[in-house]
Amino acid sequence: MRLKLAATAAIALTAMPVAAFADGEVNIYSYRQAYLLEPLLNAFEKETGIESNVVFAKQGLAERLDREGRNSPADVVMTVDISRIDELVERNLLQGITDNKILNKNIPENLRHPDGEWFALTTRGRLIYTSKDRVEEGAITTYEDLADEKWNNRICTRSGKHPYNIALISSMIAHHGEADTEKWLAGVKDNLARKPQGGDRDQIKAIAAGVCDVAIGNSYYYGNMLQDENEREAAETVRLVFPNADGRGTHINISSIALTKSAPNKDNAIKLMEFLSSAEAQRIYAEANAEYPANPNVKPVGMVAEWGEIHPDSISLQEIADNRNAAVKLVDRVDFDGE
Amino acid sequence: MSEAATGANIAPAQPLHIKRTSKRWLIAAALITAIVALPVLAVIYLAFFPDENIWPHLMSTTLPRYLVTTLKLMLGVGILALGIGLSSAWAVTMCEFPGRKYFEWAMLLPFAVPAYVIAYVYTSLLDYAGPVQSALRAVFGWTSAADYWFPEIRSLEGAILMIGLVLYPYVYLLARAAFLEQSPSLFAVSRSLGHSAISTFFRVVLPIARPAIAVGLSLVMMETLNDFGTVDFFAVQTLTTGLFDTWMNLGNLGGAAQIASVMLIFVLVLVTLERYSRRRQQQFAARDNREPIRRFTMSFPRQMVCVAVCGIPVFLGFAIPGATLATYAIEYFSESWNPDFIQNTLNSLFLSSAAALTTLVIGVTLAYSRRLHNTRGMQVLMRLSSLGYAMPGAVLAVGVIVPLAGFDNWLDSLMRDYFGFSSGLLLSGSAFALIFAYTVRFLAVSAGSVESALQKITPSMDMASRSLGHTPGKTLVKVHLPMLRGTLVTAALVVFVDCMKELPATLILRPFNFETLATYVYQFASDEKLFHSALPALIIVVAGIIPIILMSRSISNSRAMN
Repeated sequence: MRLKLAATAAIALTAMPVAAFADGEVNIYSYRQAYLLEPLLNAFEKETGIESNVVFAKQGLAERLDREGRNSPADVVMTVDISRIDELVERNLLQGITDNKILNKNIPENLRHPDGEWFALTTRGRLIYTSKDRVEEGAITTYEDLADEKWNNRICTRSGKHPYNIALISSMIAHHGEADTEKWLAGVKDNLARKPQGGDRDQIKAIAAGVCDVAIGNSYYYGNMLQDENEREAAETVRLVFPNADGRGTHINISSIALTKSAPNKDNAIKLMEFLSSAEAQRIYAEANAEYPANPNVKPVGMVAEWGEIHPDSISLQEIADNRNAAVKLVDRVDFDGE
Repeated sequence: MSEAATGANIAPAQPLHIKRTSKRWLIAAALITAIVALPVLAVIYLAFFPDENIWPHLMSTTLPRYLVTTLKLMLGVGILALGIGLSSAWAVTMCEFPGRKYFEWAMLLPFAVPAYVIAYVYTSLLDYAGPVQSALRAVFGWTSAADYWFPEIRSLEGAILMIGLVLYPYVYLLARAAFLEQSPSLFAVSRSLGHSAISTFFRVVLPIARPAIAVGLSLVMMETLNDFGTVDFFAVQTLTTGLFDTWMNLGNLGGAAQIASVMLIFVLVLVTLERYSRRRQQQFAARDNREPIRRFTMSFPRQMVCVAVCGIPVFLGFAIPGATLATYAIEYFSESWNPDFIQNTLNSLFLSSAAALTTLVIGVTLAYSRRLHNTRGMQVLMRLSSLGYAMPGAVLAVGVIVPLAGFDNWLDSLMRDYFGFSSGLLLSGSAFALIFAYTVRFLAVSAGSVESALQKITPSMDMASRSLGHTPGKTLVKVHLPMLRGTLVTAALVVFVDCMKELPATLILRPFNFETLATYVYQFASDEKLFHSALPALIIVVAGIIPIILMSRSISNSRAMN
């Protein structure tokens, strides 16, 4: 037994990937699953010959980057929520890129940090799903409507503490103030058909099951379900609503990329950022994960285009990030996730 | 009572501490503890620097609920694990029934299934669109969820069931080893004195097995307390929910470290209470267990009860999730198959075996030092070194980064200042960091089981060996280790399987482009499509089965050898 273990260990040791510092590489700390980045990074390598190395985790990467300090191998951080990237700004772990013509041309001003500390790559709308059978078209058109008594016992959502819901609540605070948002959130809680649970896909499935009639979820989950033969049937029972389309616009969140302060491969990192903002990469994003490209010159494709145009809320993402703590505490105060 | 029962006891002092024994063992134990305790101390250190005082908000809102839920969860899982673990261990050790030999090892199979995987599998089976409810609807003609009642798997009860099903093997394993070590004559004596079999079980068998059972149960409790994946998936909010909320949503790492520290104190109090309650018991195995165990022969209905007691947990905890994963592995084979698997499997095997060996060596060193120097100070070292298990993996990972990156950067500055070159990060982000984290996390498993087994060896063994001129080291190698063989193999293999399943610390600490089976599966699970990685999930389970069978054989052999 011991011999076998030793042999296995030896094989594994020799095959172990070595941390990359050599030229021609770029190192990524990612809050997004590595397999979702793969097509993009492959295209990048094909075009530039630069290899990418990835560590994916949903927690702890900020601490790791911080503690590793000036010796950190990470060149860029990729995130899927405005709060995650804002945390890195607050902790002074990023460096701004202000004078890059390509990035500034590809990414509109409202989708990048004022000092170029981060750049959005895609946006995703936080939408309302309604049952095609049980909810008339146009019966619900705004986030504010979710607190209306007529939806009593008919709404489903994931945990109020999930970053996507926190960002939505933050945007409500930005628009209505904390006191009114608390009333609204308490109203939504009263309307819940079940305790918040699962992911966004589970809410669509709950509508299909008749557990509830209205749900909150990101646009691309619906798109992904339509593409999965086992889940298509459930997805086809719901209708997409772009909330507040006629008013201030639909709440959006971003996935983004940022250059670390310590980046050892800075030039390669900037090349990667430029590439990911380019039309070619933005198209891959849009096709593979049903998201909205941040680059205004790339139009949504396929089914995302069929859903109709999205009118994003024009509020600054920074303001949403600034209201994060207030939103988290609000969720606790109305006991949103409680029984 | 147990002293009288075992008959071979010596006054409960510590006769092993011979003045002339060199302090080498003590120093080694202190050094190891100092290194192993670093991550936990780092977390406690972070607790002194919160961004804001989190407690007023928590106390006035969610904390009471989190606390109550946590206690219910721990209590529920504890009772379930004890119930299944003890009854099945007793049945396979003492009763004769069809399939008994197979159940000896099959009882351990659910241990190979990661809790987040079993949770995912049962949710997919039992939710509205799953096969169970679909079949019910087809049979009874129901059309929507409003037409009928069905138990909600995403609930506290569901979480208790899931976690209990995959953790009871800790109790089973240690209880069975303890039952096997007991002398059958004790049982016979108790029966001849007029006690019924049940009364004997509670008055003789259980008290003697208690230290081992306590170790198993405390592992179950700590693992439950720290679980985040399963409870999060089931929308059950425990203290870890509050902890991750404070850390990730409020960005208050110090506040999160405070919650982790409170959980640590909670564990310490529990463990201390248990130890205090048996402070006056000390027991050494009577050396007459060469006598073979005479198993009860039973009536057919009673045999069937035994089959059910053993069969149901294995069926629910292993057969169903295993079969479901296998089905999906076939269905999603083209998406699941990936040449990287072989590399991922090797990574998992390498890390897990390295960590298993490390924890074993350290565990033996600590437990044996404690035997040589049974002082208050040594007890404190022992407890300190086992604290890693009492912390959520992701928090412990941050605790690992702090000292490792600190050391790397210190060395780097030194090199830059004196030699003008940068040594960069040596330990941080390396396989070493992972093995270190696993060791810190799972040392409690190996040190605990070695310690409790070592306690059963009568000190007269040591004295005989020492009086024959052997050093403590030689005594360990010549006397104790051979006697402990079964325990050592078990301890190493339990750690091995635990490492194969370990997820949160691996995610945070790993090198670039480095996947273990668990992290590979998690990529998909975290994106709400675990079944796209059913094949690697199945490999984790299968890779866990082999050591489990070895483990069970070594336990049976340990008795045959005696």
